[in-house]
Amino acid sequence: MRAYIAARLATAVLVVLGVSIVSFCLTFLSGDPAEIMLPPGATAEHIAKFRAEWGYDDPLLVQYGRFLRRAVQGDFGVSLRHGQSSLPLIAARLPATLQLTVTAMLLAIVLAVPLGVLAATHRGGPLDLLAMGVALLGQSIPNFWLAIMMILLFAVSWGLLPTSGRGGLAHVVMPAVAIAINLMALLTRLVRTTMIEVLAEDYVRTGRGKGLREVIVLTRHALPNALIPLVTVVGLQFGYILGGAVVIETIFTWPGVGLFTIQAILNRDYPVVQASVFILATGVVLINLIVDLLYVWLDPRIRLG
Amino acid sequence: MASTQVLPSPPARALRLVRRSPLAVIGALIVGLVIMAAVAAPLLATSDPTDQDLTVVLKPPFWLEDGSVQHPLGTDHLGRDVYSRLVYGAQISLTISVLAALLGAVVGVAAGLVAGYHGGRLGAIIMRIVDLNLAFPLILLALAVVALLGANLKNLVIVMTITTWMIYARVVRGLTLALREREFVQAVRALGAHDARIIARHVLPNLTAPILVIWTLEVARVILMESALSFLGLGVPPPTPTWGRMLAEGRDYLTVAGWISIFPGIAIMVTVLGINFLGDGLRDLLDPQLRQQT
Repeated sequence: MRAYIAARLATAVLVVLGVSIVSFCLTFLSGDPAEIMLPPGATAEHIAKFRAEWGYDDPLLVQYGRFLRRAVQGDFGVSLRHGQSSLPLIAARLPATLQLTVTAMLLAIVLAVPLGVLAATHRGGPLDLLAMGVALLGQSIPNFWLAIMMILLFAVSWGLLPTSGRGGLAHVVMPAVAIAINLMALLTRLVRTTMIEVLAEDYVRTGRGKGLREVIVLTRHALPNALIPLVTVVGLQFGYILGGAVVIETIFTWPGVGLFTIQAILNRDYPVVQASVFILATGVVLINLIVDLLYVWLDPRIRLG
Repeated sequence: MASTQVLPSPPARALRLVRRSPLAVIGALIVGLVIMAAVAAPLLATSDPTDQDLTVVLKPPFWLEDGSVQHPLGTDHLGRDVYSRLVYGAQISLTISVLAALLGAVVGVAAGLVAGYHGGRLGAIIMRIVDLNLAFPLILLALAVVALLGANLKNLVIVMTITTWMIYARVVRGLTLALREREFVQAVRALGAHDARIIARHVLPNLTAPILVIWTLEVARVILMESALSFLGLGVPPPTPTWGRMLAEGRDYLTVAGWISIFPGIAIMVTVLGINFLGDGLRDLLDPQLRQQT
């Protein structure tokens, strides 16, 4: 058990190091950062001074070492657009993004579990077909298109929900649904598949055999085991959810990290892009780590393997 | 696998396919239609997709009042024909997704084979890169890279490849690990075959079904992602029509001309749905065991 945790931690550290390399490299993708960060009319002398000042003349490895040392201390440089340190700028927008993504995840789970269980228990029947139809549709719908259609319907036509911004519960509904839809589809199919497998297990037959009510068999014996893979998949999909949030936040002008990052990307605000990519990717690594450890705790059978 | 069973005649097989997996057939039909639209776009389009005509701005589809058959799905804010732009838009979506999923397959399968068959330090490094790649919110990575490299067809294909190769690598590695220990591979190795020959003749053929299934599903995923990038203004640049940008351009006219955004959305959804049908059907037909792995 200890060895497993140690190995898993080591992997996570390696991946975070990789994340830092990628974030570092982002600056150089478009060529010379000095030319992009300085105003168009900058003289050669000016550029040379800028390069020397910011250390762009040093060997790449030295530059990366410096980037890493600062990143560990939470220093990603000053935002070119906002003139403030980029980390606090991002940190200030994290709660909004977390609120959105967590709501979307919960929504997806709350919808997917009953839908998947119904599909599994009514395998081959009309309910199964309906659930799978919903899942396939949910898997194929572009979330940004769904967002726009919801705005058209619920905000513009019926005036039920606000079109943008962050405020009360009403503001969360549409963006959360838009982010949740693809995950919901995936989870529904997953729950159905695992539930079908679990329902064929001996202990389920035993439960039924000794006369337990079907509800008890389903909720007490089958479902907990069927939900174990769900934990991993939800964790693994966290990066995907964050990606969805990036797109959806821009549509609803939700003041989160996604919207902020897109603006930074379009403005070529490197320190912010670097910080944001680094933080979001590290967040995903951490979540995956937690999920893996949680998984071992949830399912003692894995510890041996 | 029941490899000894006699194969029925082709028509009988086709019929069985339809009965066993009607969704796959529907999917194949949809995909066929989209491919046809992309290939025969110049023939199918009723007008040049980039032709602006300010005298017919924001015309509704033909079944609405004031619509005309001349612009069957209406026109956008610059008077461009929505139907013709949709047909041409299929070219971009399909080109990028098919190429990226293919390139991703080449890279990913090679990486997966090395990691699974050879293992060792190189295999471990490859799998760490896979982990690393999976850790990134892919759309964010794609956005950042496209924004910095510049949005054009080539860069988009490269970026999409970066978002897809590791899926193949993971599955291929897992399957190769298992295949390597199978008797028939052990037997060939005992006979003195080179690794390259074992991989090419005995391992790879057993991987074609799962690779094909992943490829279809990845094409669908890349279409969604490409349209999202395009929607955010980081797709193939104008005047080339793309579904994502059509959708974005229509946003400002939602209340007066919803069709500009509605139709490209339907096009994306139906295409992706069709590919998913096909992929799921293929998976069920070719390799029921793969269900658990993808």
